[in-house]
Amino acid sequence: MNVTEIRPDAAARRAVVRNCLGVGVAVGAYGFAFGAASVSAGLSVIQTCLLSLFAFTGGTQFAVVGVVAGGGSMAAALGSGLLLGSRNALYAMRLSPLLQVRGVRRLVAALFTIDESTAMAIGQREPELGRVAFWWTAGSVFVGWNLTTLLGAVGASTLGDPTTLGLDAVVPAAFLALLAPRLRDGTVERRVALGGAVIALVLIPFTPAGVPVLAATGALVLAATVRPRP
Amino acid sequence: MNLWTLIAATIAGCYAFKLGGYLLPARWLEHARVRRAVELLPVALLAALVVVEAVAEGHHIHLDGPRLAGVGVAAIAIWRRAPFLAIVILAGLTAALLRLAS
Repeated sequence: MNVTEIRPDAAARRAVVRNCLGVGVAVGAYGFAFGAASVSAGLSVIQTCLLSLFAFTGGTQFAVVGVVAGGGSMAAALGSGLLLGSRNALYAMRLSPLLQVRGVRRLVAALFTIDESTAMAIGQREPELGRVAFWWTAGSVFVGWNLTTLLGAVGASTLGDPTTLGLDAVVPAAFLALLAPRLRDGTVERRVALGGAVIALVLIPFTPAGVPVLAATGALVLAATVRPRP
Repeated sequence: MNLWTLIAATIAGCYAFKLGGYLLPARWLEHARVRRAVELLPVALLAALVVVEAVAEGHHIHLDGPRLAGVGVAAIAIWRRAPFLAIVILAGLTAALLRLAS
């Protein structure tokens, strides 16, 4: 049988675009928290905005400013940030055959390769809709994330002492919110998370700040203790 | 290393990972263990970051009442599947109000 790719109709495209814009608005909320956390960690508003514009990957950004705020070394901050950012390489490998981008478009697509754009793109039934989802999600998240980063950073720098505002509770709460959906994925995730938490807790008094987070990656060996699902 | 170096290195490193994925051959993904490890890395790191941000003060474990209460309220909000903004606002508000009250 000869199956040709059917072009999705306009209604399907509109539905995808609407969902993608919704994701952008939702993610914008993280930007406030990041902007505020970053400034209270000691970064300037400009440094904070540069991270959101050009690193453009939330988990990494939170990790970097989190380790800096905790008094960790720059090397430890960079190490945990880059480890968290490494997953974007996997996303890019999955998106590459779908997007088929070259030249400048590939350079932009690379910047735009994040959790949300990947999830929306590979969740579509047809390749054409996947490409629509990738660009619209990435674009709306980019705008939302950077606007709210700026607002959060300016807000925190004018409001003053982060402890009075309870910002020291906001950062761990943000990490917990980022972690929670992954805990719902399965036993391996929960075991690795528990392992990572215990390793970090035990190491806090004995190692320089930042090291407990890096050492927590050792919990990955726990993944081998769970039989993989078929 | 100063803050500017850290920011430049973070941006360069993150972009290199992203672009690298488009340049590498897709068959690398076929190594199931590599893929699984990279998928699980954020889980271990985020769990550790929650603990460190909640209880560490440099080298010491410091249990700060308002901060822990804020994280606890956040945990309940997450369990009730509240949206992200509500979670972080509740955490901050709880800690701030408890400090104000004491």
